[in-house]
Amino acid sequence: MIDLLGYGAFFLTIALSYAIICLGLNVQWGQAGLFNVGVAGFVAIGAYVSGLLTTPALAGRVGGFSLPIPIGWAAAMVAGAVLSYALGWLTIRLRSDYLAITTFGFAVTAQLAALNLERLTGGPFGMSFIPRPFSAFAADPLRFGLFNLGLVALVLLAMFLAVERLSSSPFGRVLRAIREDETAAVSLGKDAKHFRLKAFALGGALMALGGAVQAHFIGFIAPDNYLPLLTFQVWTMLIVGGSGNNLGAVVGAVVVWALWAVSASAIGALVPADQQARGASLQIVLIGVALCVILLLRPRGLIGERRTISRFADGRGDTRWRRLRRPDR
Amino acid sequence: MFRGAHGGCKAAARCDAAAVSAAAKEPKARAEASAPALDVRDVSIAFGGMKAVDAMSLVVEAGELLGLIGPNGAGKSTLFNLVAGVLRPDAGTVRLAGHDVGREDASRRIGRGLARTFQIPRPFGGMSVLENMLVAPGGQVGEGLLANFLRSREVARQERQAVERARELLEFLQLSKLAGEDARILSGGQRKLLELGRALMSEPQVLLLDEPAAGVNPALLDFIIERIAEINRSGITVLLIEHNMEMVARLCPRVMVMAAGRRLAEGRTEEITRDPRVVEAYLGGAPA
Repeated sequence: MIDLLGYGAFFLTIALSYAIICLGLNVQWGQAGLFNVGVAGFVAIGAYVSGLLTTPALAGRVGGFSLPIPIGWAAAMVAGAVLSYALGWLTIRLRSDYLAITTFGFAVTAQLAALNLERLTGGPFGMSFIPRPFSAFAADPLRFGLFNLGLVALVLLAMFLAVERLSSSPFGRVLRAIREDETAAVSLGKDAKHFRLKAFALGGALMALGGAVQAHFIGFIAPDNYLPLLTFQVWTMLIVGGSGNNLGAVVGAVVVWALWAVSASAIGALVPADQQARGASLQIVLIGVALCVILLLRPRGLIGERRTISRFADGRGDTRWRRLRRPDR
Repeated sequence: MFRGAHGGCKAAARCDAAAVSAAAKEPKARAEASAPALDVRDVSIAFGGMKAVDAMSLVVEAGELLGLIGPNGAGKSTLFNLVAGVLRPDAGTVRLAGHDVGREDASRRIGRGLARTFQIPRPFGGMSVLENMLVAPGGQVGEGLLANFLRSREVARQERQAVERARELLEFLQLSKLAGEDARILSGGQRKLLELGRALMSEPQVLLLDEPAAGVNPALLDFIIERIAEINRSGITVLLIEHNMEMVARLCPRVMVMAAGRRLAEGRTEEITRDPRVVEAYLGGAPA
């Protein structure tokens, strides 16, 4: 029972850290329609930046400033925001296919840089000794797990509330308007490029934070964690949960991560030992099938995008009350 | 009922201004007296080898309601796009209330009190009618990221004002009942009205209307004409592209005719519609 609880806490902590990343993708894609195929790159940046700042100094490696974890996380967010802003700015118009190509290239570059900049990142051996929150309780796995779960849940909650507030703010409204019809939004005086860049930077910051949170929970990162597979997973989470809906992003992250974890155990139990490595590929197939099923049965995801109206537009047919009562359009 | 850009209705004074400008014959003399709301000088643009707008000049006085007519392909909508900043002219200047806006992009010009509607309405289909309206106002503090956390009171205050104004305007345009519906369910005429409302939300001084009557049923047409007249009476300068001559005749004291990218004629509406050149070019020989 205790084991199960411990595993549950571990599972949820990872799932919720994915939820932070997925929230970032929802800001970019769900709200602003920005096609980022390089999620893994931004997650990696966050993980490595926070790792560099918080790990103890190590001979032969640059960095290692032993800074407190919150500073590492904040720096990860800043790095994620600045990098996405710069990348968005370079691709100027941030249009769908060009942005997709650029972000994919960025993610591959970031992963290769992590692999090859050995003095900075530890190269293929990864970066270890990343401080874990509540490490004082490491001797008691259950308590350690629950505390970490609580912390990640708290971070997620804060980010969720912030993103929710932005979704129903004039900022979120303009993003949706640009997504619906850019020319019309521009004719109303909205600087589409400016808004897209801000949304892209905000999403990048959240992805980097998610990466940093994950890195500190596990305590170790390596370039292999940030392959395009990660991008695929996060996209699946968003589509399964419901693109455009922040709660959907969180639910999708938990559901897809559950599917991933359960399928991993199932393959471990069912596939003979010598075929395990091949069996692992079935996980990706399974996630792909899950994606197809959702797209066929619930194209808007488990929780579709809901109508969002100004928080101040109470009364006459479009109240907050109705907003909660009518999740789907 | 309807508040224009300048608060209460100053219809009488504004209408006088329009009458004065309509009577004036010499554009230069007018420009010197006080800067016109919109002043387009010798503007040209070519697409490939075709001159869509060719050395076109146009002056709209503050408070005036000027009609811009001409056959299809005359360059009217292109001229609109040049004024709005969607297109940049190859030559010529565009001034808004005396400011040269030739180098400013569309969003900057909106900031100077310019608003427009499209020939084919472009509502944000997946957003509610009310939300469509709320996108429009300029200078919303809440459009910044951090302001939503650091200046939330100010955001809330502005938002309440915007909602109130949006409701007033929806009432004015008889769209109140549809406030909570997705804009995609609106009929063609209702979309035209929503566009008009959205443009008014930004409290413009100059309003460019591109064929507000096209595809609108006769019953709604009367209503739209009456509303445009009221908007103009409230002090907003209007430049109206329209094929519907009934609408032009009822609304515009003065009208300008474009053909093949150039100015063909300009003057009082009843005279212009009898001008043989105009009848030839635009009305295809049929009496107005």
